[in-house]
Amino acid sequence: MRRKEMVAMLLAGGQGSRLGVLTSNKAKPAVPFGGKYRIIDFAMSNCVNSGIDTVGVLTQYQPLKLNKHIGIGVPWDLDRRTGGVAVLAPHMKTENGEWYTGTADAIYQNLDFIDQYHPEYVLVLGGDHIYKMNYADMLDFHKANNCDVSIAALTVPIEEASRFGVMNVHDDNRIYEFEEKPPNPKSNFINMGIYIFRWELLRDALERDNKIHPDSDFGKHVLPMMLNEGRRMFAYEFEGYWRDVGTIESYWLANMDLIQTVPDFNLYESFDKIYTYSDHQPPLFTGANTEVKASIISEGCEVLGKVYNSLLGPDVIVEEGAIVSDSILMEGCYVGKGTVIERCIIDTDTTIGDGAHLGVGENVSNVYNPKIYDTGITVIGEASTIPDKVRVGKNCVIFGKTEPSDYPDAALESGQSIVKKINANGVRA
Amino acid sequence: MKAVGIILAGGKNERLGELTRSRATSALPVGGCYRAIDFPLSNMTNSGISKVAIITQYNSRSLHDHLSSPKWWDLGSKQGGMFIFSPYQSGEGPMWFRGTADCIYQNIAYLRRSNEPYVVISSGDCVYKMNYNDIIAYHDRKNADVTIAYRQVPDTDDIRQYGVMELDAYDRLTDLEEKPLEPQSDLASIGVYVISRPLLIELVETIVSEGRYDLVRDLFSRYRKRLRIYGYRYDGYWRNLGSIHSYFDCNMDFLRRDVRNNFITQHPYIKTKPKDEPPAKFNNMAHVTNCLVGSGTILNGSANRSVIFRGVFTGEHSSVNNAILLEGTHVGHNCVVEHAILDKGVIVHNDTRVIGTLEQPMVIVKGQELRP
Repeated sequence: MRRKEMVAMLLAGGQGSRLGVLTSNKAKPAVPFGGKYRIIDFAMSNCVNSGIDTVGVLTQYQPLKLNKHIGIGVPWDLDRRTGGVAVLAPHMKTENGEWYTGTADAIYQNLDFIDQYHPEYVLVLGGDHIYKMNYADMLDFHKANNCDVSIAALTVPIEEASRFGVMNVHDDNRIYEFEEKPPNPKSNFINMGIYIFRWELLRDALERDNKIHPDSDFGKHVLPMMLNEGRRMFAYEFEGYWRDVGTIESYWLANMDLIQTVPDFNLYESFDKIYTYSDHQPPLFTGANTEVKASIISEGCEVLGKVYNSLLGPDVIVEEGAIVSDSILMEGCYVGKGTVIERCIIDTDTTIGDGAHLGVGENVSNVYNPKIYDTGITVIGEASTIPDKVRVGKNCVIFGKTEPSDYPDAALESGQSIVKKINANGVRA
Repeated sequence: MKAVGIILAGGKNERLGELTRSRATSALPVGGCYRAIDFPLSNMTNSGISKVAIITQYNSRSLHDHLSSPKWWDLGSKQGGMFIFSPYQSGEGPMWFRGTADCIYQNIAYLRRSNEPYVVISSGDCVYKMNYNDIIAYHDRKNADVTIAYRQVPDTDDIRQYGVMELDAYDRLTDLEEKPLEPQSDLASIGVYVISRPLLIELVETIVSEGRYDLVRDLFSRYRKRLRIYGYRYDGYWRNLGSIHSYFDCNMDFLRRDVRNNFITQHPYIKTKPKDEPPAKFNNMAHVTNCLVGSGTILNGSANRSVIFRGVFTGEHSSVNNAILLEGTHVGHNCVVEHAILDKGVIVHNDTRVIGTLEQPMVIVKGQELRP
């Protein structure tokens, strides 16, 4: 019988709507991060660095980029005869078919996938956080405490704990209560959304909970149910760098963490590397008048201008006289001659003409969707075009191929937006 | 597919000194992240050739290390794929490859078990980009027995180090002389040949049975009147890594946009084994101009007109000029590196100066540590 001790199930179907246009045509785990990576690479690499060789990736929202990125798992050495990576999308069944309606429902709909490997344990985790963690150590903890469930816990300052799901524990870290965003938290252990279950118990719990809650969710339904039934549930303390990159600002800040001279989160260690897919990894080139300081520049870039405090994805071209600062430019962007870019996030394959100036002027609140974009950062969506010599303010959003006629007086004032593409759900991004 | 490939990567080259003491010339690092063999190997797969043999002998370990998996060149297939042939012992006794024809002879089963009509043969240590379908089409058009690619050698390059070809008005080979003292033309073979597979089997078996083992001297040159051998003119970028100078210059050529466009930007580009390095990091004190920089590198000092491979570190107030820093080299603080090739893993400790001359770059041996 084929048998794997532990199978990982990676939840990668979420939209990440608070990332605005950045997730208009890709799921949040597929958003590029740290130059050459995508957000999902961290969880995927953690799995293989922890010795897990069977990973199910659950996709739902806009999976095309994610599917291409994961492929058969070559970058993570997950192209295996038995196990390896499997992309699990919602599918039709004999009676009916339905979308994944909750985190636990997504696992429930893939019981057969897990059963193939007769695992003793199942690791359930999200694909949208930036961290390095050894899940094998967590499994050791799980076994040592004879746990039914172990949940990774991050310690945060107590005044911040009220923003998260808090776990209240006894002295031995056994959990006795879950509280979702409590106004007066009793503990500063927050739930990181990383769980190890004994598979037979989880299987049973999922089957029972699904009858009650068709939108079965781990945090809301399954974990409280198992706790009520007296299961041994323990918090596994994690110490180290961990970031949620769910908002424009947190995404920008976590990227900027990487450019510190000695970053809190170090990608340059020779062990526990982060792996990613790329079809081509040529060196980058710096020109005669180039200046690059405090920046991360990926493979294949041609930097002829100046770049400060920024991250450039692969194959970005920064022409002569251009100045990029405090910005994130993703793969394949082109910055024309003499263009100045300040505090922008620019998604893949965007072309910016010559002599433009982005991210200037007063900090005026974004009128299009202030909840998402009011960050001082101007965000440009994938494959957009910005014409020569236009001036774009702060807190702006541009998405689509824009023409000079879209810019009255050759300018887009701070807080204004031009959104030309409509995303797949028919909702303006 | 019309052809199978053979890459001759077993040769030894004395003129490269320390650079090839423990590596094959075909394994020489080039252009920031490549190995020399990536060029012919990528040319093969980019031309749709899906069955390629690589013949290794001298310092084969370095090459086998690089070629650990065929999938990086899209050769990880059940049909065809990548074959690596090294000398081995058998019932007929241990046998080194005695020459370029002998190494094909000793692996003749590879050719016998193929069905493709043609064989494309390339040397493994030349940096160039060629669509072999073009030379095969030319070979067909000329109804040739053998086609040899050549280039016109500029005055700046010494033609006496190459195989010099004389052609008639129809591009048919009339003479071919290896490393002639008095070259009679300015046309040199670039080590790329097309020949029909059954003919190659027949010829190689014949000459080896006569105790002749060299493809150029004993086959192409000796048979030039009996066979229809044609020259195929190639005008693209080509460099042989035959000396420290040509190695240095070839790397520096990658600082030219046209050369990068040819190999790096324009599809189909050259493929190599990925290394999973993070992107290059430029810290506050970095000042890097006219440089090629590989991934995983951390730069704190200044660098100009240099090729910096993957995973290199340079310290603050250090200056790197007209140098090649191979993978994993470490240059400490307050160092000066000029006109030099630092081989893999060299450590230049703080406050050290490594200075060669423009005419003669200094070569620092693999793994060596330099102190002030």
